[in-house]
Amino acid sequence: MNASNIDTNEVLVDCQSVWKVFGANAPEAMKAVVERSLTKKQVLQDYKCVVAVSDASFQLRRGEIFCVMGLSGSGKSTLIRLLNRLIEPSIGKIIVKGKDIAKLNPAELRKMRARNMGMVFQSVALLPHRTVLENAAFGLEVQGISKGERNRTALAALEKVGLADWVERYPSDLSGGMQQRVGLARALAADPEIILMDEPFSALDPLIRRQQQDEFRRLTKSLGKSSVFITHDLDEAIRLGDRIAIMKDGVIVQIGTAEDIVAKPADDYVADFVAGISRIHLVKARSVMRPVDDFKRSQPQCDVNALPQTSPDADIGELIDVTMQSDGNALAVVEDGVVVGVVTVRGLLRGVAGMPAEELVAA
Amino acid sequence: MNLDLLRFSPGAYLAPVVDWLNRNFHPFFDAVTKFIEAVLGGIEAALLYPPPYAVIVAAVLLAAFIAGTRVAVVTALALAFCLLVGLWTASMQTLALVTVAVTISVFIAFPLGILASRYRNFEASIRPLLDMMQTVPPWVYLIPAVIIFSLGRVPAIIATIIYGIPPMLRLTTLAFNQVPKNFLELGHATGASPRSILFKIEIPAATPTLLVGLNQCILLSLAMVVLAGLVGAGGLGAEVTRGLTRMEMGLGLRAGLAIVAIAILLDRLSRGAVQRGQGTGAAKAT
Repeated sequence: MNASNIDTNEVLVDCQSVWKVFGANAPEAMKAVVERSLTKKQVLQDYKCVVAVSDASFQLRRGEIFCVMGLSGSGKSTLIRLLNRLIEPSIGKIIVKGKDIAKLNPAELRKMRARNMGMVFQSVALLPHRTVLENAAFGLEVQGISKGERNRTALAALEKVGLADWVERYPSDLSGGMQQRVGLARALAADPEIILMDEPFSALDPLIRRQQQDEFRRLTKSLGKSSVFITHDLDEAIRLGDRIAIMKDGVIVQIGTAEDIVAKPADDYVADFVAGISRIHLVKARSVMRPVDDFKRSQPQCDVNALPQTSPDADIGELIDVTMQSDGNALAVVEDGVVVGVVTVRGLLRGVAGMPAEELVAA
Repeated sequence: MNLDLLRFSPGAYLAPVVDWLNRNFHPFFDAVTKFIEAVLGGIEAALLYPPPYAVIVAAVLLAAFIAGTRVAVVTALALAFCLLVGLWTASMQTLALVTVAVTISVFIAFPLGILASRYRNFEASIRPLLDMMQTVPPWVYLIPAVIIFSLGRVPAIIATIIYGIPPMLRLTTLAFNQVPKNFLELGHATGASPRSILFKIEIPAATPTLLVGLNQCILLSLAMVVLAGLVGAGGLGAEVTRGLTRMEMGLGLRAGLAIVAIAILLDRLSRGAVQRGQGTGAAKAT
């Protein structure tokens, strides 16, 4: 995280108990949900309305990439459109940079969208009759910025995504991955603090997708942007997200870091999801280590200070490497010069197998 | 029961309305007549005053400038044909008539078409009217047009406009309904004003279909030109009518082919001009 001078505690987007119900009888259905707490199924039966997002609350902090992961129909696309009011919430508040966006008038809303929130779409949505440069400059053009200035800014944005040689081409000349980079450049050109990413890489093939993910993360971090990133791919969420929200049937079932979600899934649904995820690069020494006293009791002959040392944030992959290079079966986890715990081979195996953290400590 | 009592005669209700309009709004219709006559007269004079070859050269240069070399060649061929079959004057009269009629049709149909794509109810309410305008034989509404505007070019132009509006309006509505939703979403998400969304996203994306609408409007308007001959509007329509009444196959055929030449000329020129205005990307997109 290169941009270290930013206040990561500042909340840019605060989504407070937001609901969205679609359908002709949406207001009545919403009322019934609040008063009688109907289930999604009952709402569909009784009111012919679909609950797309129910009681979603989360905060996007400055400088973080917040991934929302869910399968199709989980309401994630609706949720991201609520954030810039492309869709009006049924109830609930969305505060962007301290302002309730429901209270903005049309002009203020346009200004907020233009200045504070860029959006990148799954469909890319490049205008076919415009060149790459004109597409990247679109957001600035509709803000009424002069041609020379907007072309300079757009060119700089295209340089950031590595497309400076393609400015005079048309979108149809570009590959899918390049088109999506133009989409990102268009969002970056207006220099918003928040970038909404609506499944931008879903249509790309796996190798290109991974390159784009790394590039996106690098760019976002180096420019100090914040992002809400929608995806149906848990690997993508883990690769990109500082924090991840898992959505199911319109409900956010868990919010946490990749490690939290993999190590401590909130329910069976999330557990099923993370079952196939490799823990090697997710689980850190901190969550597989044993307390020093506990270790000393079981192996009194072993001198903790003589063990190979590692840091609490080393992942299992690194721990395995260090263990293999040494003769012993245990590593000392050192934080600020003090040994705070010991990782044993047994602990590493438990971490790889995905055993809950409490058992690790007890073992 | 006497079935005659049930007989419905809309004319009995309409005729008094036409009479009433004619009696009370005569100055207004007179002004409309004078205005259209003046515009038509001006265009005709501009086309007929210089020698034909000068007009052809000017038109070819204009076509080359606004729509490219290929359209310039088509322009040269079409106008040369009109000159060589000896129908130059009639052709220029028709060109003026159709240009004015199409311009007015587009100015009425385009905004209404956009409204119809924005508001479903509006579209539903004008649909029967459009059906009627397209299917009622034009001779029928030529009658009130002649009553109100008297014989000549103006009733012909009014009838042509009425005939030209529905295809342009319908295709404008279709064109705007077909604009991909994600482009509109892009516009909203970027904070574009409704005006920017219209001019920078919707109209460019709708252009291919709008061009089909314009093409239909031009061709149907030209088809009406024959009818214009019947009410004394002159031009190629009068030549066709003359050919029919005198059973002169040659004259009818020459006039008919001249109409085709004018149609091709107007279509290619308008299409080229619109696409050029869009930049080369439009040509790629279509």
